[in-house]
Amino acid sequence: MSAPHPEPNPLAAALERLPVHPTVLVIFGATGDLTRRKLLPALYNLAHEGALPEHFALVGSSRSDLPDEEFREMAVKAVREFSRRKPNEKVLAKLFEHARYVGGSFDDPTVYERLGPVLEEVDERAGQRLNRCFYLSTAPEFFPIIVKALGEHGLQDAADAEVRVIIEKPFGTTLAEARELNQTVLSVFAERQVFRIDHYLGKETVQNVLALRFANGMFEPLWNRNYIDHVQITASEDLGIGTRAGYYDNAGALRDLVQNHMLQLLTLLCMEPPVDFSADEVRDEKVKVLRAIHPPTEVEVPGMAVRAQYVAGNVAGVEAPGYLDEAGVPEDSTTATYAALRLEVDNWRWAGVPMYLRTAKRLARKVTEIAVILKPVPHLAFAEDGSEGVRPNVLVLTVQPNEGVSLSIGAKIPGTRMAIRQVQMEFSYGSAFLSQSPEAYERLILDAMRGDATLFTRNDEVEAQWRICDPILAAWDKMPGPPATYEAGSQGPKEADALLGDGREWRMI
Amino acid sequence: MTTTIDAVWSAQDTTPAAIESALRDLVDERHRENQGYVAARALNLVCIVDAQYSGEVANRLRRVGRYHASRTVVCSVEDGRTTIDARATVASEADPRPGEFSLMRETVVVSVGERHLHHLARIVDPLVVTDLATVVWSPHGHDEAVDSLVSPAGGARPVAQCVLLDTAGEPDAREALERVCRLAELVSVVDLAWLRVTPWRERLAAHFDPADRRPELQTLSKLSVRHGSHSLVSGLLLVGWMCDRLGWRPERLTLHDELLRGRARGRRGEVELRLEPVGVLQVPGLAGIELRSDNGAVLALERGEGGLTARRRERKGAERSWTVLGASRGEAGILGEGIRHALLPDPTYAPALAAARRMLT
Repeated sequence: MSAPHPEPNPLAAALERLPVHPTVLVIFGATGDLTRRKLLPALYNLAHEGALPEHFALVGSSRSDLPDEEFREMAVKAVREFSRRKPNEKVLAKLFEHARYVGGSFDDPTVYERLGPVLEEVDERAGQRLNRCFYLSTAPEFFPIIVKALGEHGLQDAADAEVRVIIEKPFGTTLAEARELNQTVLSVFAERQVFRIDHYLGKETVQNVLALRFANGMFEPLWNRNYIDHVQITASEDLGIGTRAGYYDNAGALRDLVQNHMLQLLTLLCMEPPVDFSADEVRDEKVKVLRAIHPPTEVEVPGMAVRAQYVAGNVAGVEAPGYLDEAGVPEDSTTATYAALRLEVDNWRWAGVPMYLRTAKRLARKVTEIAVILKPVPHLAFAEDGSEGVRPNVLVLTVQPNEGVSLSIGAKIPGTRMAIRQVQMEFSYGSAFLSQSPEAYERLILDAMRGDATLFTRNDEVEAQWRICDPILAAWDKMPGPPATYEAGSQGPKEADALLGDGREWRMI
Repeated sequence: MTTTIDAVWSAQDTTPAAIESALRDLVDERHRENQGYVAARALNLVCIVDAQYSGEVANRLRRVGRYHASRTVVCSVEDGRTTIDARATVASEADPRPGEFSLMRETVVVSVGERHLHHLARIVDPLVVTDLATVVWSPHGHDEAVDSLVSPAGGARPVAQCVLLDTAGEPDAREALERVCRLAELVSVVDLAWLRVTPWRERLAAHFDPADRRPELQTLSKLSVRHGSHSLVSGLLLVGWMCDRLGWRPERLTLHDELLRGRARGRRGEVELRLEPVGVLQVPGLAGIELRSDNGAVLALERGEGGLTARRRERKGAERSWTVLGASRGEAGILGEGIRHALLPDPTYAPALAAARRMLT
């Protein structure tokens, strides 16, 4: 471990790109889809912008047996194919010039025996001890195997350097699995060394939820049970499962999006202001929200959760097959492609405010948004027909595709009568900033190399998420018969309406 | 995506009020036509140019890409003109698809005469979007017009809150720094010569960031900077920044042939300073930096392929070189960076500027 800094680096003051300690990144699953589509292009873009450390080295590891040269060629090709910007060939060539590759099965001890000397060689080339980041971009069943092997081969620590492990999602598929994985990981690494990825947290607009809440005096006074009627968080896609049937049919909508991304959005929306924005202060507050959500009993599940599966329909004018007709999906699959939940955060601020979460494949449109629906005004003084158009204010934070904030307000319709209708005040992030948001993986890789865990999920946080989702999944597994259905391209199953009650309705997607 | 001009308005012998009204109508008209056309609201840019070079400036502005100001007011100065002509355009990139939006870019070219320049604020004020920051760029001089915008007569509030300029190529570095210092007392300044130094600052900061290397900053005994022949100010700003950040007190530099040399008094002793021109570079800015410690360690950074070539010699003689990755944004990208930085004031610039001026006076 490196010594604490004697004093702040005087040359780093006010720099947009803060220095990152020289680092070697070891990617397990180096020839996989995520690595090619996201990680290698992210590394290139960081290199292009001069954001990588002064000394940076890449080591790939996968089952395939490749010579270094072939791995380098694959990496170059992946960047050319998937980078968000056309690569500068000179930077690209230099980035992977000395990349190394260690092939072999992840449970093969010789992989780690060979990895140690490669890391020493990388240090030798740099002339200094580099920090080490192990990125687990493999199928989840290999996470514990790799972590244990790193420990067994003494790679979890290094003299005069920080060693970190970045773990991709999913972090377990049940509470028990998440706990077991946490135990394994924490038997080898200390929690401060562990960076559990939820790439949603790397998105600028997700982080903007905190800016909106805590940098604007106008919202916080309203942000409680006195003024907010309910919240709807939606993450819908118009696409189906594509080529991911193998993964998706095991995971389903709840594991795919709710347990991680949507609960992250909910915690950011509901958390108390942290003392500061350091990693543990923020995560402490997020965990408090999760702990305030009562995990349902098996009997309660049908009243607070709805699952459904899409059948053939028409999405934006194009015929779309049903889930059971998608390639690779078992014909008797009961996997939910739609999940809607009603959760309650039982604390002083939020008691009695329903939080509705819904996510699905093959709905009418792709959108991720948080809608905060305020309570109606207590009294309408307008003539009866003039009040017909009055609706409660809705504040919508759109995460994608058009990141922004909109507020619906009642306004007088021009004319002699005092008639009201809702109008939109809209703000688009894209219209107000000149800078381009970095890709989530660029931000997260850099943060992990810097050791800043604010945008990563802590062990107690991930277990608290599973504590909420686990009973729902268990209850669904026990339910007889197929799930409800909805037509591809529709707004979702009508069964979900029953969750709302009290005259509330789902927002149109 | 191709930029298309969607709506145009023009008038001769017009007034700022009429131009402002026309701009408002054009924006409303486009938004009514398609709600996907959204007005950008990040920054106003006021650009003061000689009419005969306005095409060249327009080309430079076109290349700034996504860093385009929300509303650009080009004041095109013609000799002898007494009236104001204007042409306003609201352009956007391709029709937005349903559910998406396309930003509108508003540009108004106002033809003015030299007689208008002392009171340019009165013409420009109604044309900028209220509540947005306004940056002024005047690549062909016209200091009186810039002064009118940053320090209006009668103590009125300045129309511009930021001046964008480029001290590279100024014939007299001392005069250029004096002028920038005066401006910096009034508004924030973005000097492209400073932005060209940024990657070098980042590399130096990174090199000395590891805890075991940071104490070396206190032992530096020599700083040499090689700069393009038109980029002396960039070199001075880099040296000024090092002086400020490390608590060195620089003395006046003296000229020996083409070499500027001098000393700074550091906490532990004197630091030798040296600025050397290396001819015209393909892209203006610095060519290299060398830092020596009193124990004999040397760090050298040079322009190279795919980034900067770094070379480090330890005090015992061991030497190592490597590439610090990074793509040159080239000269085409520097103006866009300047516009972007108008919204990102850098608190280390003013002290670096003051130190740079001290080295020449």
